[in-house]
Amino acid sequence: MTHYPAPAQAPLPAPPGAYSSPIPVVRTHLGHAIASEWTKIRTVRSTLWSLGVMFLLVVGIGMLMTGTVGENEYEYSPILSFGLPGVLLGQLCIVTLGVLVITSEYGTGMIRTTFTASPQRGRVLAAKAIVFFLVTFTLSTLACTIVALLNKAALEGRSINRFDGSAEHQVDTASASMGEFLRATVGVGLFMALLGLLSLAVGVLLRHSAGAITSMLGVVLLPLLASLFISQISVKEKLQEYSMPNLVGQLYGVPIHGDDGGWGLLGLLGLVTAGMLGAAYAVLRGRDV
Amino acid sequence: MIEAVGLTKRYGVKTAVDNLTFQVRPGAVTGFLGPNGSGKSTTMRMILGLDAPTSGQVTVGGRRFRDLPNAPRQVGALLDAKAVHGGRSARQHLLCLAQLSGIPARRVDEVLGVVGLQEVAHRRSKGFSLGMGQRLGIAGALLGDPQVLLFDEPVNGLDPEGIHWVRNLMRKLAGEGRTVFVSSHLMSEMALTADHLIVIGRGQLLADMSVKDFIARNSAGYARVRTPETSEKLVRALSEAGAHVQPEQDGALRVSGLALPHISDLAFDLGVRLHELSPHQASLEEAYMRMTQAAVDYRSTQDQRFGLQQAGPVPAQAQYGGYPPPHAAPQHQWQPAPGPNPYQTAPPPQGFGAPPAGPVGVSPAGPHPGAMAPPVAAPPTAVPPAVPPPPQDAPPAPAAAPSLSKRESES
Repeated sequence: MTHYPAPAQAPLPAPPGAYSSPIPVVRTHLGHAIASEWTKIRTVRSTLWSLGVMFLLVVGIGMLMTGTVGENEYEYSPILSFGLPGVLLGQLCIVTLGVLVITSEYGTGMIRTTFTASPQRGRVLAAKAIVFFLVTFTLSTLACTIVALLNKAALEGRSINRFDGSAEHQVDTASASMGEFLRATVGVGLFMALLGLLSLAVGVLLRHSAGAITSMLGVVLLPLLASLFISQISVKEKLQEYSMPNLVGQLYGVPIHGDDGGWGLLGLLGLVTAGMLGAAYAVLRGRDV
Repeated sequence: MIEAVGLTKRYGVKTAVDNLTFQVRPGAVTGFLGPNGSGKSTTMRMILGLDAPTSGQVTVGGRRFRDLPNAPRQVGALLDAKAVHGGRSARQHLLCLAQLSGIPARRVDEVLGVVGLQEVAHRRSKGFSLGMGQRLGIAGALLGDPQVLLFDEPVNGLDPEGIHWVRNLMRKLAGEGRTVFVSSHLMSEMALTADHLIVIGRGQLLADMSVKDFIARNSAGYARVRTPETSEKLVRALSEAGAHVQPEQDGALRVSGLALPHISDLAFDLGVRLHELSPHQASLEEAYMRMTQAAVDYRSTQDQRFGLQQAGPVPAQAQYGGYPPPHAAPQHQWQPAPGPNPYQTAPPPQGFGAPPAGPVGVSPAGPHPGAMAPPVAAPPTAVPPAVPPPPQDAPPAPAAAPSLSKRESES
């Protein structure tokens, strides 16, 4: 590049229509949107609160369960399953945060600023989903791993008296296989992150925090609750099988109904979430902000 | 350059924006005026691709907003001061916007300085006053150093110092060759800031002209004449002398097109006593309100619109197209526009046309030092303003206030 000597006089004011910024213009891509969403998610308190409470519930209740597990109680359930109650409560925080990630923008009007700064709405939604998924997956997996390691340390190796109907008395030691460990950590982390994404999709569709959170609580709790009041066995069983608590139960090896280790139901949740995100994108594209 | 062609937005049966076609050119501040609910914000949202037009289209620099590869680097917008997540600090808010378009974080601190928010950069914006919110919104618009800027009611909630600052900022931005499009419902504010005006009412285009033209056509002077005797003789004489005379509600006469001394001389020759002979300036605000009022009434009652057009000496609609006046003739009996105002001893409302320093609050009084004095004391020319315009920038409100009360009495 050639450097020209500076003109003796101050530069003339630009003629109309000729203003161009000295700041170089870059071509934007998904990476920019992800950086922006990362800034957004770490600079609001709802993130800190939701994820902090989720972490405390999962780890705190997990520790409490492990510490207070009664004599021989571990004989009837897998040793990692004592993490389940904490996750059942912690998932509600993930639902709340997933919804708030998008509805807080609608509630405050920030969404108009966002879409003015990036009219590529799909890119914004994708960035939100990616950042939120990674954050919740990492933190839930971390919390569940802590609980699983605690359970392993406290309970593994204890002897179990199994009475399996026959008169024969077996003595066994409590343990958790690698598969069980993966399901109780990465599996549950995936479940939390997918549930969060589903909440985000519902948040995009409904745009209202209260409405979206309530809907998601219904999705999480209603099937199992409803099954209590339905006498028709086939319907009852279907409701129980496809309820969220059953999915978590399967991951921990304590299913309410059916048992495929939880991966099948997790895959189904993934499909539903992908479908809902697709619907959210379609609506977001066409809708006036 | 913003270009709208046949832009229309309907919500169910309600038409918010009706077939708008206009251009906003670079290098000038273009004011976008209209009463509340006239479709200004809807139009702005359509320019920014937030709302999709029902028909027609609007482009920025030849492309639809949603097709711009890096929109904030070409178009900056302040839509709503409160369109911010209150939990974030001012700096964090701007940072996430900057990252979205690949603007270096350095620039965030620059614009925080430009709008004067450095001190509170790390405070959560929830606690900001409306004025601080406006500054933050303006910072967001300036972030990308764009060529086109849109501001929706930017002076709302600002103190006089802030209003002055916004005004100068816009003129400076336009001076750099940028396109500046500012909406407002205050004519007085636009008269100070804008070079060009686009006026809409009920979503329809009412006027698209330079501020100079708008003033020349709409800001007319007239004299109030009151006589204790029957006014018939005087009215006839004034009309013969070429004036346009209308009775006012309180019994006074509204005379336009004739200098005050001339009116006085006529009355003296006729032997008619005058109890009042005072110069008045129909303000831009008045002209603007009449124009938009007509647009509203156009839809509801034909008669009222007719009445309004007869009422004043200002041919509010004759020029703008779209509203062919039912009675063109009476309006053109009196033509104030081409020449200087006969009642002005100083050049016509310099305060309005001049850049920011224009003392609007004073200019109506300035040129008429002897408002209530006998007419002989106020020769039509060569008397310099008794009150020189003060150097500081007076708030715009006083200019409109007196004429607004007058307007009520005349209708």
